[in-house]
Amino acid sequence: MKIIVCVKQVPGTSNVEVDPVTGVLKRDGLCAKLNPYDLFALETGFRLKEKSGGEITTISMGPPQAKESLLETVYMGADNGVLLSDRAFAGADVQATSYALKTGVEKIGKYDLIICGKQTTDGDTAQVGPELAEQLGIEHAANVISVDEIDGEYITVTVNLDSVYQTQKMKLPCLITIEKDACTPRLPSFKRKFATSPDAVVVYTAKDLDNLDAERCGLKGSPTQVERIFPPEAGGDRVIFNSGDELSDKLFDILSEKKFL
Amino acid sequence: MYNKINSADISYLKSIIDDERVLSGVQITEDYSHDELGDIKSYPDVLIKVKSEDEIALVMKYANEHNIPVVVRGSGTGLVGAAVAINGGIMLETTSMNRILELDEENLTVTVEPGVLLMDLAEFAESHDFLYPPDPGEKSATIGGNISTNAGGMRAVKYGVTRDYVRGLRVVLPNGEIEELGGKIVKNSTGYSLLNLMIGSEGTLGIITKAILKLIPLPKITESLLVPFPSVTKGIRAVPEIIKSKASLTAIEFFEREAILFSESYLGKKFPDTSSPAYLLLTVDGNDREVVDNELTSVAKLCMELGAADAFIVDTDERKDSVWKARGAFLEAIKASTTEMDECDVVVPRNKVAEFIEYTHGLAEELGIRIPSFGHAGDGNLHVYVCRDELGSEKWQELLALAFSKMYKKAEELSGLVSGEHGIGFAKKQYMHDLYGDTQIELMRGIKKVFDPNNILNPGKLF
Repeated sequence: MKIIVCVKQVPGTSNVEVDPVTGVLKRDGLCAKLNPYDLFALETGFRLKEKSGGEITTISMGPPQAKESLLETVYMGADNGVLLSDRAFAGADVQATSYALKTGVEKIGKYDLIICGKQTTDGDTAQVGPELAEQLGIEHAANVISVDEIDGEYITVTVNLDSVYQTQKMKLPCLITIEKDACTPRLPSFKRKFATSPDAVVVYTAKDLDNLDAERCGLKGSPTQVERIFPPEAGGDRVIFNSGDELSDKLFDILSEKKFL
Repeated sequence: MYNKINSADISYLKSIIDDERVLSGVQITEDYSHDELGDIKSYPDVLIKVKSEDEIALVMKYANEHNIPVVVRGSGTGLVGAAVAINGGIMLETTSMNRILELDEENLTVTVEPGVLLMDLAEFAESHDFLYPPDPGEKSATIGGNISTNAGGMRAVKYGVTRDYVRGLRVVLPNGEIEELGGKIVKNSTGYSLLNLMIGSEGTLGIITKAILKLIPLPKITESLLVPFPSVTKGIRAVPEIIKSKASLTAIEFFEREAILFSESYLGKKFPDTSSPAYLLLTVDGNDREVVDNELTSVAKLCMELGAADAFIVDTDERKDSVWKARGAFLEAIKASTTEMDECDVVVPRNKVAEFIEYTHGLAEELGIRIPSFGHAGDGNLHVYVCRDELGSEKWQELLALAFSKMYKKAEELSGLVSGEHGIGFAKKQYMHDLYGDTQIELMRGIKKVFDPNNILNPGKLF
């Protein structure tokens, strides 16, 4: 089975400062990390590979330093990575991003399954995964909490629709986005790091991608106009919805944890 | 013998402190009859939720004059019964005195009241780009309690223990007098260090009402390695080699798969790796990316040369959370895995840790009981738990006493001591006496007598 996992490099801290005048994220001096949501996508891929064999290729669009994040996916368990990096891709919104990823996926070739994180911690749109599926013309399921069955032809997944869980069976190839905390992601391994060659990640520029329409890339290909970016208000108290026993158990756990009990 | 509290005493106490903060009889909840370990139980006659130093001074003056025993309690997270009112009397609860009074960036100190919780202090310091290095596992303990036990924690390998971060204390003495010990000074060769005597005295010499603590600039980078080993022996025997390599580590923690599995079921959250029987968790901190990376790489290489199966990188907040949350829950998790347990907080020279752990494994087999352990391998302080499981009461008491006496004997043989960071309190008195011998215990009694001639402050503890 050939699995492609989409990942993104995001700022390494949640305390991202936004320039109050320009509304642009202050990235100077910030360390970067793999988007935390992508770790669940990666882990889901690794487990499928352990079960059914095959190969995992990770793909990302980003600046040259995003290669570090792709190498990290190899240290975790991916076989290789592909970075799409070109000035032509800069300033992309969800549509232009998913278009670039589509051409990248087509460059990789035949695949059975694409796995994405549910969303990123910097953009938070949760749209790139489903939009990539649309661009590729394949089926998708978002907010997947478990892969229940997979064979050469079909995949059965459980999807979290907040108030209900839905079981969904789709024909391969298809795309799934993985819900947060669907599993505990494994850690990057020094053993794999010591054994990894830098060539495990290839970098493609715009001209390396076949049939790429430059008009659909980057700022030019982005219909979204950003007026202002501002950090969301930090959440204060929690609202927990549940009923009866479950709610009282949860409350008990929270109060015990805070040592009120 | 002490005077039993009577209605006149309660009336007086209520005349100096708000009624609703002076509780007696059935108003005192069960929680105040024990500490975290729970097997030493006794209710105070009066529980006072104090709010100020003046209140404490007035209560102490009265108690001293009327021969009433007093015990101080913070969050009640102690593990040796030090804050249990074994003689009844008055309990002063300090959690309402929880103000952070001052951050002095010129002297690198923070001044706090005793009821400030460790987690709140840590968060306050970090939000100002400082680090308060002592890092005991129990984050809901009060600073007053931490100072009273000279709490240690996981960063002791590099940064030392609570004692190293207390610059000054304000204390109420057993007769109600108020004294200041130490201050915002870095050096001090001015006579006996009463400050250091107070630290670790488990509430027997005075009552802390204010503490001046030392802070350090917050290291910009802190990352860990989770290192799996194919056997307990290989894992624990790697520690002295790692120390010998002069690697600059902040923490060297050791634990076995059993502890991880308990914490998984306690927290309901899977650990990133449970494939190996033993793990070391090593932390490096610093301000330079390259230096930290080099340190992590060379320690990872060394560990693999010493037989580690791998070395996993714990670098982001999410990864730290998945590993350190489990590590922080080990005590509670082991507690939840059995019907009753007692803890041995032994400390041995660092190069003897392996021998001690191996000894407890043999002992568990010999006695037919479960003795899981984890600990601060990098500083020689281990937490070893004797679990009751399904044992009958009599058999449990017998095996527990036997296991403890054998373990402390082994610790003594290895030039170790009874407690690394939890203290002696009530539960470990005999073991300390056996190990120190009469001369040292008499010296301690003499000190206690000078501070507290009527023996009213936390009597019956330590010796």
